[in-house]
Amino acid sequence: MKKGHLIGIGIIAIAIVIIMTSIGDASSYESFNTAMEMKKDGNENAIHVVGQLKKDTGGEVVGLNVREDKTSFTFVLVDNEGTEQEVFYNEPVPADFTRSESVVVIGQYKTDEIFIADKILMKCPSKYQETDVQAAGM
Amino acid sequence: MINTFIGNLGHVMSIVAFVSALVSAYAYYQYYKANELEKASWRRFSRVSFYIHAVSSVMIAFSLFEIIYNHRFEYFYAYSHSSKALPVHYMISSFWEGQEGAFILWIFWNVILGVTLIHTNKAWEAPVMIVFALVQAFLVSMIMGVVIGDLKIGSSPFILLRDATQAPIFQMNPDFIPEDGTGLNPLLQNIWMVIHPPTLFLGYASTLVPFAFLIGGLATKRYSEWVRPALPWAIFSAMVLGMGILMGAYWAYVTLNFGGYWNWDPVENAVYVPWLILVASVHTMITYKKSSTALKTSIVLVILSFILVLYATFLVRSGVLGDASVHSFTDLGLSGQLLIYMLFFLAVSLFFAIRSWKHIPSSEREASVYSREFWIFIGATTLGLMGFQVILPTSIPAWNALVESFGGISNMAPPADQVEFYTKFQLWFGVALSLLTAVGQFFWWEKMDKKALKDALLTPYIISVLLSAAIIVLAKVYDWRYMIIVLAGTFTIVANAVILSKLLKKSTFKLAGGSLAHIGLGMVLIGIMFSSGYSDTISINMSGLTYSNSWEDELNKEHVLLWINKPTQMKDYTVIYRGRQKKVVGINELVPAKILESTDQVNEAIALEDYKDYFKKGDKVNLVLEENDYFQIDYFQNEVLKFSLNPMSQFNEGMGGLISSPDSKIYLNRDLYTYVAAMNDYEDPEWKDDEFYEVSPGEQFHVADFVTYFDGAEVLTEIDDYVLQEGDVAVKAKLRILDYDVEKTLEPTFIIRNNQVGKLPVVDNELGIKVTLDNIIPEEDQFVFKVNQYQKDYVVMKAIVKPYINVLWIGSILMLVGFTVAIYRRFDEFKKMRDKGLE
Repeated sequence: MKKGHLIGIGIIAIAIVIIMTSIGDASSYESFNTAMEMKKDGNENAIHVVGQLKKDTGGEVVGLNVREDKTSFTFVLVDNEGTEQEVFYNEPVPADFTRSESVVVIGQYKTDEIFIADKILMKCPSKYQETDVQAAGM
Repeated sequence: MINTFIGNLGHVMSIVAFVSALVSAYAYYQYYKANELEKASWRRFSRVSFYIHAVSSVMIAFSLFEIIYNHRFEYFYAYSHSSKALPVHYMISSFWEGQEGAFILWIFWNVILGVTLIHTNKAWEAPVMIVFALVQAFLVSMIMGVVIGDLKIGSSPFILLRDATQAPIFQMNPDFIPEDGTGLNPLLQNIWMVIHPPTLFLGYASTLVPFAFLIGGLATKRYSEWVRPALPWAIFSAMVLGMGILMGAYWAYVTLNFGGYWNWDPVENAVYVPWLILVASVHTMITYKKSSTALKTSIVLVILSFILVLYATFLVRSGVLGDASVHSFTDLGLSGQLLIYMLFFLAVSLFFAIRSWKHIPSSEREASVYSREFWIFIGATTLGLMGFQVILPTSIPAWNALVESFGGISNMAPPADQVEFYTKFQLWFGVALSLLTAVGQFFWWEKMDKKALKDALLTPYIISVLLSAAIIVLAKVYDWRYMIIVLAGTFTIVANAVILSKLLKKSTFKLAGGSLAHIGLGMVLIGIMFSSGYSDTISINMSGLTYSNSWEDELNKEHVLLWINKPTQMKDYTVIYRGRQKKVVGINELVPAKILESTDQVNEAIALEDYKDYFKKGDKVNLVLEENDYFQIDYFQNEVLKFSLNPMSQFNEGMGGLISSPDSKIYLNRDLYTYVAAMNDYEDPEWKDDEFYEVSPGEQFHVADFVTYFDGAEVLTEIDDYVLQEGDVAVKAKLRILDYDVEKTLEPTFIIRNNQVGKLPVVDNELGIKVTLDNIIPEEDQFVFKVNQYQKDYVVMKAIVKPYINVLWIGSILMLVGFTVAIYRRFDEFKKMRDKGLE
């Protein structure tokens, strides 16, 4: 066998390993229900859940509970299927957290009651809104 | 009055630039095909049309800057990216904060590069400039803002605010102009934001040059001659793009609170991958120059690096990344155009590459293991695989979008822990690369066989083993993976240093580019290993709280809560938060915020007290960006104040959040990096219930938890900001409040006028209390104080020690120096050939 072929096979092998791990380590978007099933099946991989903060009828965020030392907090997230879940985040509350339109939590269930977020991504209302223009102008 | 002239000028200029780009592409094609008689006139015409394009492109940039510079807030771009308070150098940042401005910057660089090429090349002008002009046509179309029927081409930066938003105010008054803009993102108000984007975009733009030479070469059947003129530009591009990436990393490190210099965010990956491929192409092109192999590989890599730049632009600016990135780019609806742009050049390059493939010379001889071609090829392959490993997961959101556009459902998400995921591959690729550079350099400069190789490598190998052993012991590197990195890194440094010293002895500095850049690579590898692998969060588990649930006890709390004036132990340091400060124009040090009271004017405050020699009570002072608070954190060791750090933070309503910028203590061998993660909002406190204290002068009592002395009261004859009338009685009580080692004096006032009582309470934001002198009972010599509490001022902070980060910075600078030396050498070669009339 020629050396070139060996190298070619080597490259293909590494590329396959890369593709397999990319698929294997890729996370997925889930709902709290499917995340809970995964946890029950013993799958501890971190997954993404998209949802909104729980709000009362007046539009105020409810269920936000900051720990005494202000370095972590819990909140209630409602996923796109409508399931409510208490989520713990081991970081101080991001300042625009309560204003976010939607929240992506990346993490897993620790116990049956609590979902631990390793990371939170927030989608915030656009910087420029009609009301802003008015407020800035008047 | 709304100024529509300048916007129309910009808009018209972008149409002119678009048309002239197409015309010059056509003209250059005719110039190329024309016979000797007509050549001169076609050449003149093509050049004129490209110069028209160049001038109109510059005019686009000028118009946009004029709008920002003159605060024309009737334009959406100025309104949304700038404000009156911005100094001129940040107006420049405003220019490219928006995507349209970034495209204009790109267009501008291409113009500069295009004009340079016209004047430095003879034989290559026509084919190269056709590619240039076509690229420019695509880029200008992104900002053209022309609507034909339902089709919208480009997003113009010259639209008026009233056309961009449906705000009701414009129905009442179409000529309404906002007083001020919404400002520039404070994180971008930084010197790096002024220089980083132009560097990065010059890097992006310059990848076009080797690509244009390649396409020109393939189209004109000069299958191999394109390498010489393309090579210095490819190295230039790799250098500038590398510098842009580095500046971005450094900027992230010094002003963004990501916690580090590299985050494997999709936006970062999108520049990293083209750079890797570019570097690989530089190596194969150099090999080709030396031994006529690897031409096909070079062609593939040059095409790939250019297409990857376009793919990166597509990923970042089409909105397809969506939630996957922390960098927010608004979707301007350009995704279709960006896709066509990329696919067009992909098709063009595939067409020419496939058409010429069988004509491209390649050596039939199999490269020997003892040849430099072999090792360079392995190195280029490693770089390619590195890029592949990064771009694949980065494209997951694009993959989802693709599946969904065909009606499928894909719920794949990027890896949950990106840093861990990418590091576990890139680390080993990095080790492989550094070993390859060490060995490769020996093959490069000397003829090698088995024995010569052994002899050449033995000394560097022994030196680097000894050196790494010393590093491992002294710096306590006890992880086997990190030991391998140290060994690989030092081996690269030592081996390349040996080559460097030989080169310098034998010939000129001109040849030293490669070994310098490779020494830099070794240092970068070691620097990354130490600063990231041994990065140590020292603000960990400080609360002393125990939690009701066991799972929470297992988690590390990585932040520390610092109450004002309260000493807190943090690893080797005792830290005390001492309050907020502001930056004042003309004063080198920060000024306590509590002695400044802001006025109605932007960035202006009145001094409430004298401050050193700088200003007196009642003076007006100008603030630098008044929203910014600098939190003074004092670091003590053995009761001695070692240093203070002042991380910045601000509440920004417009940006919707807390914006923080770190501050670091920089030592030779480590950085102590700190940033504010949360802060107290005392703007609108929710006061707790009234508490009343009856005390007589001289008495000591407790207000909240503070020891308080009531020193006595005095009758006043005058009060600030208040005119006393005949018969008024004003009494001021003096309270001394102790908070740790700080003593504060609070003086609430009580006024009686015509049997009416007026009370002037005192609020101390730092202590979070409001004290009112509520009543005086003269017969019992008792004073009644009403106290409302809120909470003491505090800051939640993260502190990380990053060892040997300077090795990383020095290594990267060395790499850039190496590139620069190589550019000089390769351009010199090209110039000599050109002046001989060969090219």
